[in-house]
Amino acid sequence: MALLDIKDLKVHFPIRGGLFGRAVGEVKAVDGVSLSIEQGSTYGLVGESGSGKTTTGRAIIGLNAITSGRVMFEGKDLNEGGKRSLLNARRDVQMIFQDPYSSLNPKKRVIDIVAEPLRNFERLSAQEEKRRVRELLEQVGLSAETIYKYPHEFSGGQRQRIGIARAIALKPKLIIADEPVSALDVSVQAQVLNFMQDIQKELNLTYLFISHDLGIIRHMCDHIGIMYKGRHVEQGTTSDIFHNPQHIYTKRLLAAIPDIDPTEREKQRQFRAAVKAEYDQAYRDYFDEEGLAYSLRPISSTHLVALPGKGG
Amino acid sequence: MEHLTTSFRIADRYYAAVDDVTLTVRKNEILAIVGESGSGKSALAFSIMGLHTRAKIEGHIYYKGQDLAHLPPSKLNKLRGKEMGMIFQDPLSALNPLMIIGSQIEEALLLHNDMLTAERRKAKVLELLDKVGIPRPEHTYQQYPHELSGGMRQRVVIAIAIANEPELLIADEPTTALDVTIQLQILELIRKLKSDIGAGIILITHDLGVVAEMADRVAVMYAGQIVEIADIYTLISNAQHPYTKSLLSSIPAASAEKSRLHVIQGIVPSLQKLPREGCRFRSRIPWIQEAAHEPVPAMHEVSPGHFVRCTCYRTFYFPKVDGKGADYGAS
Repeated sequence: MALLDIKDLKVHFPIRGGLFGRAVGEVKAVDGVSLSIEQGSTYGLVGESGSGKTTTGRAIIGLNAITSGRVMFEGKDLNEGGKRSLLNARRDVQMIFQDPYSSLNPKKRVIDIVAEPLRNFERLSAQEEKRRVRELLEQVGLSAETIYKYPHEFSGGQRQRIGIARAIALKPKLIIADEPVSALDVSVQAQVLNFMQDIQKELNLTYLFISHDLGIIRHMCDHIGIMYKGRHVEQGTTSDIFHNPQHIYTKRLLAAIPDIDPTEREKQRQFRAAVKAEYDQAYRDYFDEEGLAYSLRPISSTHLVALPGKGG
Repeated sequence: MEHLTTSFRIADRYYAAVDDVTLTVRKNEILAIVGESGSGKSALAFSIMGLHTRAKIEGHIYYKGQDLAHLPPSKLNKLRGKEMGMIFQDPLSALNPLMIIGSQIEEALLLHNDMLTAERRKAKVLELLDKVGIPRPEHTYQQYPHELSGGMRQRVVIAIAIANEPELLIADEPTTALDVTIQLQILELIRKLKSDIGAGIILITHDLGVVAEMADRVAVMYAGQIVEIADIYTLISNAQHPYTKSLLSSIPAASAEKSRLHVIQGIVPSLQKLPREGCRFRSRIPWIQEAAHEPVPAMHEVSPGHFVRCTCYRTFYFPKVDGKGADYGAS
């Protein structure tokens, strides 16, 4: 059984207008997304801005209301069973945010930031709490003496590790990481990515990794889903997506990744021109009248593609 | 640029953000300046354009024989926007939110070329919008910045920068705020500018992928100094300076899935705490012997046109990763 199983998730936001702020339409931010993640693995959700990848992550953890669809965590529907089960799931599902500068309260000391989830869910004596926070900080590679410092006294990478310490405080099973390294310099990025891999092994964590950076996604993920306008266009293992992309949108996205080898420039240019020609020519086949992708269809046991044609 | 130093005043003392930089940009060339935040790469760009009004600038910036560093503002204004254009990182803040796109580009034309009639100016603006790949120039002419997407805004900023066919173009992180497919389009546009008007382009970025795609030559900056300079092929295939090597091995390379990334120990020191003596990268590679560094690091020419600062590159090696914590710099 998958740890997280999402079926046909939809998140629609009303567009309010007119005199009384009535809903005059809706934005389909997430429009029928299904995915499942096995325990201990990493699923990468990729897409450009506005593709609905962040909204999907936020809907799972309950920061955006779900319009329809099911979010099953360890076999239980998070929308059913009332507040109790939701509360328990909140323990097990944590989030790492994009910006380590704005996601930590500047007026709180490290001990208060990291202990906040502990205070919400566990009753610990002050002494025990301090011991736990120290342990957590050491786990993320920060010295235990830093507990009385404030966020501004840390570098970007260290701050992101404080955010991670907070996320793992309750020993969660699933971590939703929304662009966790986008705001960081490359060398610091490497630090945080290495670290996330280490604690994944140590704590048998499962990640839903949201990013627009395909290089990082390839480095971190076992399975990948490519999103476009609120829908999946392709889903598969990392090797399926990178070695055998099928959807024209996926191909175009992959072709746009900057190539580190300058001797390949001319070849890359021709390749991109070919991909773009295919994209322009086949656009009408791969997307419906509203410019949306069709339903996913399996082409192998792991690989699903939104191939042309209705139904499916 | 010759021995260019830009210093900022912090609490009654001057600190050099750009320290003794000597660089040349030729016509019809893309020179990339690479570095992490705090390396001084943007401060360098702003110095060339004379946009640091409160900083102390020493050294010389020769542009076609004229020293920009010691030019009166009135003369500098004549060059800026006409012969030198700049593309900023954040297109939204570079545009006036209350002016329609058309007027903003016309303004750039008007400032440096008041000989054009109103109709000719408008025609020129439409031509520029078309040139930067805006699909409906007539329509966009009437729009406000907030009505455009990020990629479209960046195209408008580029249109303003090239309105007077500059001979020197400075692009400061031009694609950082954009999605990959849009990034590609903007980069292609900048490359086209080089071939169309033969401009010299300074491309400032932290993204080595973008550098590999675009640059003819690359200068790597660390803590205000240039630590390595070479043509792009040499830099990618035969980097010498420990910092360049470290940067290259910390990118999640497309070929190595789930492998470990290299992490540079420590952090980029702040402006006030910069070591001013000896090799500035010394504290980030503590496993290298002190004797490997030069007391006053000079640029060494390792092959024609390929310069490396300090002697530590000769004996540099990556440390072995010894288990947990070691390679993300436990502090």
